[in-house]
Amino acid sequence: MAEIALSTAPAHLRHGSNSGQPLTRRDGLLKVTGAARFAADHHPPGLLHAVIAASTIARGRVVSLDLAAAMAHPGVVAVMTPAHKPPLAADPDAKTNPFMFRLDLLQNDRVRYAGQPIAVVIAETLEAATEGAALLAPRYQREPARVGFEDATVFTPPAVGVGSPAEVVVGDVAAELAAARLRIEATYETPAQYHNPIEPHAIVAAWDGEKLSVDTPSQGLAMARARIAGLFGIPAENIEIRSPFLGGGFGCKGMLSGPQVLGIMAARLVGWPVKLVLRREQMFGPVGHRAPSRQTLRLGAEAGGRLRALDHHTLTASSTFDDFFEPASNASHTLYASPALRSAHEAVRLDTGTPLFMRAPGEATGSIALESAIDEMAAACAMDPLAFRLENYAEVEPISGKPFSSKALRECYARGAERFGWTARPLAPGAMRDEAGLLVGWGVGTATFPALMFQGQARAVIRADGTGLIECGAQDMGQGAWTALAQIGADGLGLDLEQVEFRAGSSDLPDAGIAGGSAHTATAGMAIHAAGADAIGRLAALATGDERSALFGAGNAGVIARAGRLYRRDDETRSERYADILARAGLFEIDGRGSGAADPVALARYAMHAHGAVFAEVKIDPEFGQIRVSRLVGAFAAGRLVNPRLVRSQYYGGMIWGVSFALHERAVVDPRSGRVMNANLAEYRVPVNADVPSLEAILVEEEDPHVNALGIKGVGEIAITGSAGAIANAIWHATGRRLRRFPVTLEQVAGVAG
Amino acid sequence: MPQVSLTVNGKRHTVEVETRTLLVELLREKLGLTGTHVGCDTSQCGACVVHVDGTSVKSCTFLAVQADGASVTTIEGLAAADGTLHPMQAAFREHHALQCGFCTPGMVMSAIDLVNSHKERMSEAEIRHGLEGNLCRCTGYHNIVKAVAAAQEVMHGRAQAAE
Amino acid sequence: MNLFEYVRPASLAEAIAAGAAPGAAFLAGGTNLLDLMKGGIARPSRLVDLTRLPGLGAIERGPEGGVRIGALVRNADLAHDPDFAQRFPAVAEALLSGASAQLRNAATVGGNLMQRTRCAYFYDPASACNKRDAGAGCAARGGERRLAAVLGASEQCIATHASDFCVPLAALDAVVEIAGAAGTREVALEDFHLLPGATPERESVLAPGELILAVRLPAAAAAFARHARYLKLRERTSYAFAVVSAAAALRIEAGAIVEGRIALGGVAAKPWRARGAEAVLSGQKPERALFRRAAEAALAEARPVGDNGFKIELARRIVARALALAAAGTPARLPALPASPFAPVPGGPHG
Repeated sequence: MAEIALSTAPAHLRHGSNSGQPLTRRDGLLKVTGAARFAADHHPPGLLHAVIAASTIARGRVVSLDLAAAMAHPGVVAVMTPAHKPPLAADPDAKTNPFMFRLDLLQNDRVRYAGQPIAVVIAETLEAATEGAALLAPRYQREPARVGFEDATVFTPPAVGVGSPAEVVVGDVAAELAAARLRIEATYETPAQYHNPIEPHAIVAAWDGEKLSVDTPSQGLAMARARIAGLFGIPAENIEIRSPFLGGGFGCKGMLSGPQVLGIMAARLVGWPVKLVLRREQMFGPVGHRAPSRQTLRLGAEAGGRLRALDHHTLTASSTFDDFFEPASNASHTLYASPALRSAHEAVRLDTGTPLFMRAPGEATGSIALESAIDEMAAACAMDPLAFRLENYAEVEPISGKPFSSKALRECYARGAERFGWTARPLAPGAMRDEAGLLVGWGVGTATFPALMFQGQARAVIRADGTGLIECGAQDMGQGAWTALAQIGADGLGLDLEQVEFRAGSSDLPDAGIAGGSAHTATAGMAIHAAGADAIGRLAALATGDERSALFGAGNAGVIARAGRLYRRDDETRSERYADILARAGLFEIDGRGSGAADPVALARYAMHAHGAVFAEVKIDPEFGQIRVSRLVGAFAAGRLVNPRLVRSQYYGGMIWGVSFALHERAVVDPRSGRVMNANLAEYRVPVNADVPSLEAILVEEEDPHVNALGIKGVGEIAITGSAGAIANAIWHATGRRLRRFPVTLEQVAGVAG
Repeated sequence: MPQVSLTVNGKRHTVEVETRTLLVELLREKLGLTGTHVGCDTSQCGACVVHVDGTSVKSCTFLAVQADGASVTTIEGLAAADGTLHPMQAAFREHHALQCGFCTPGMVMSAIDLVNSHKERMSEAEIRHGLEGNLCRCTGYHNIVKAVAAAQEVMHGRAQAAE
Repeated sequence: MNLFEYVRPASLAEAIAAGAAPGAAFLAGGTNLLDLMKGGIARPSRLVDLTRLPGLGAIERGPEGGVRIGALVRNADLAHDPDFAQRFPAVAEALLSGASAQLRNAATVGGNLMQRTRCAYFYDPASACNKRDAGAGCAARGGERRLAAVLGASEQCIATHASDFCVPLAALDAVVEIAGAAGTREVALEDFHLLPGATPERESVLAPGELILAVRLPAAAAAFARHARYLKLRERTSYAFAVVSAAAALRIEAGAIVEGRIALGGVAAKPWRARGAEAVLSGQKPERALFRRAAEAALAEARPVGDNGFKIELARRIVARALALAAAGTPARLPALPASPFAPVPGGPHG
């Protein structure tokens, strides 16, 4: 049973019984039977296949394409090039808001990164299109590629992340560092990483006059629709985008990418539906990546371990033609109290595709450096690294001085440490071996991620038969929106989950905001919650104003919605079924609308973050340097959990991403050509199942009365942070080697690097 | 164009294909069996795993003409006609061994072959190694192992199905 | 993929004739060739599908205890053949440490020998590669060469051979049976693959139209069964190519090594038999210092490319460890993580 109060009592105090249940996912049956249809699974009549030809140089011009050879290949229908493409209504290089990224849509013959689309071949079969693209045999006028930090001029970007200042200073860092008893300075490097969802970007586009039908994975349907509308000069209402399932996103499906637009252009060009699917190697260029970083941290502490200064400087890279600056230093804003604190960013421009948000953008990159540096400082103070973190526990947000809306980090440390057995940890490194002689090390890292909200809308309907409907253009990239948001929806309507139809994943539905920033459940959930309350309110008005109703005159006492009935709050013997209220009013249905967004008053008053603590055990073969993470225990507090089962999966996934960040994934870029030389899933190494340790995610309860009425923070990204640093710190504890270039390699760990 | 005759999920098909047509394209584009996914094109991710004559192979690295005369099983062919799930499907669903679901069909097909070829109870380590050819980026590895561990008991008659 | 003719010969003679034509390539499991074709690295005009040829799919035990493995035997079938795995445990372990179950189900014994290097520049049609395009140059030399060959490399090529399976085969004196238009011949596996020299495009002794019939292990190879291991250093726990690997096999009698065999993987354009190191072992007591001396000998000729000298030291260490593990005895059952340093034998050789 579920209930919602219609009085002024805040919802989070009386939350219903659908939320909080560890339900299995509602889309599970579709997914285990192959019936869930992803974008590339669509095959409308008359479908043609499009394949991108991508640049093999990083900088220069395309001089020629062998169009004749491609066109002569049996089955090839057209080759789309800068000279032969449908007109666009907007310049793909125009940028009218910070969430708009410049796209490569064959606007000219310039090449600005390796992997940039330079032509699209459209054919009757995928095979013919693929071969047609190969036959184009482009010739280039090549210019030297700017590949590494040393190849370009360093500058201070106007902003990092989404509109954050490049530098923020609290206190006098230089003075505090000078006065500190103990100081460390260390530089950490992280590589370019590529999102690599297992589902590559794919689109099936079909035009019908000025109307456009699109199947494509999108983490932000409304923004994608607006982008298409602008580029093609058609009203947004003419466009329907369906994205019921994403085969992973991690940020690279947040903004509509160039290749997706090329699919729409190809369909326009040939006048038939077109399917365009990226090959895996094409995922390393035009669809974003996590930028590389070189981070220098300078910390100063008193002998007892109290921090006096924390200075976090990041050098990162964007493309030559657009701006996204990985806000890595901002990871130091929230965790450790320090009288002096500085976060600063500088950048270079390289001949790469534009970097983008990738699961915990900034936070993941910055966290591994910060948590390593904190560990180094703890060691310099001869302190246990957990004790050091507690010594510097931030009671208010260090960068702003604001109180936290809630912060159960102490309990995360305590529960995680207890479960892990942290107290048995020897202080000195290199002191533990297992029965087989492997080096053993234990490390800890603190996890944090902001509790964000975007703007979203939803519609809730109560139907004549008493069942409910929720409409919300939410996106499920695997996190479980189909289940968690429906749970919130059922609570909002005072119905059981089975009685509520939940529609999502289409641009025809109310804009639910982007599925990113770990903000989707809060944003869309609040919209759904409010829509439900609105619908119930309107239903209640019908009943309480009708003298034939048992609820007539409930007035200020109010009613409660529960299990498909409205009850008088002050007399629960008086109630009425939804269906009866609607029937008497002669209504087929009654609907409500709601929106979700952060409360600006609360935002001004409180710092809002989820927190966690991750404890890692690594085992290392001392001769070979091969590492296995043998145990990982994370304890996380992220407000109220709508579905603990889904949440735990997000934590597991994030923790494994932490393993990957510390030990595995790295784009190998040729220093001469600027090309990614491991653009495949054999050599761009993500963890395999055998890399995954014994994993444990502890869900620490946390009530947050300020973050939103549902008390929800985000859980999708936080677990990468903390985990990667904990592993790096465990490596040090096992070996005594402080490795600062990630991912850590065998030769570094074995101490045989040349 | 060569003709290929093959049995897919118990149904016989004779299809004209190009020599270069991959089995996965035949299944997806010609037979409409889109539960088999393509994730990497290069036999690395495992999203395209199907069974050919009872063993798991990566259908993105298998020519359709090579499957001539073969019996192919895809994710769509696992459940019984009445909808009763294969024990592995049921276990994946029950143990929440999936997130985005894109790797799931290949993972399920690999897991079934793994269990079929190990009559003795597999340890967690053996399951993890046995699934090395299937990448899950989300990553649901932990629950996948739980699901396979549970399904092997059902498949070898040591326990009841999850549902 | 380019358009190509697909032929399915009914006999060996037909296969040899069909495969001798310019532009023809033999297809077996296809796990490597089809990837190369999809990437535009191989563009054969004709594929000769060998998989339905009769007589190439058997694992036959010879009268004296050797084994003859048909070229079309699947990697998985061989690794899981109980008799084979018991008598040639290092070979089974190597097989199971390579690729993934699905690839092992498709890949054949012959195809494993014929697999191409994993050098990124070979796999990239836009890069210069002497192996792919004779005389084009070697882009790997000035590029990413962390995993480049440290033995037997040449100015023209620094690629390595990626096979795990071939490493213990080289150690155990395997013989390759070859059929061609002129009849059949035999070549020691050790001599089957060619070092690059000035002609890196030539990777094996096979002439056009020649194909592998079988791989034979002599009866003497089974004598190492009690002390034989394959060990492989990887950058993730499984499903990765070797950074370096080693097969070690010992015959120990009365506490002394009667005969030792060592081969390395991931270090050269071929599986690298370390005969000099084997000589160090003969007649000696199996102990750590000896194994380290043998390892030094195995890598005596090694030269780094760029800054990949670490591979030489890691190769020494993997040889020494493989010898120690072999001396400790072949485990009754293959570890859950075949060939992994994380599958230590109880009472093993660590610290």
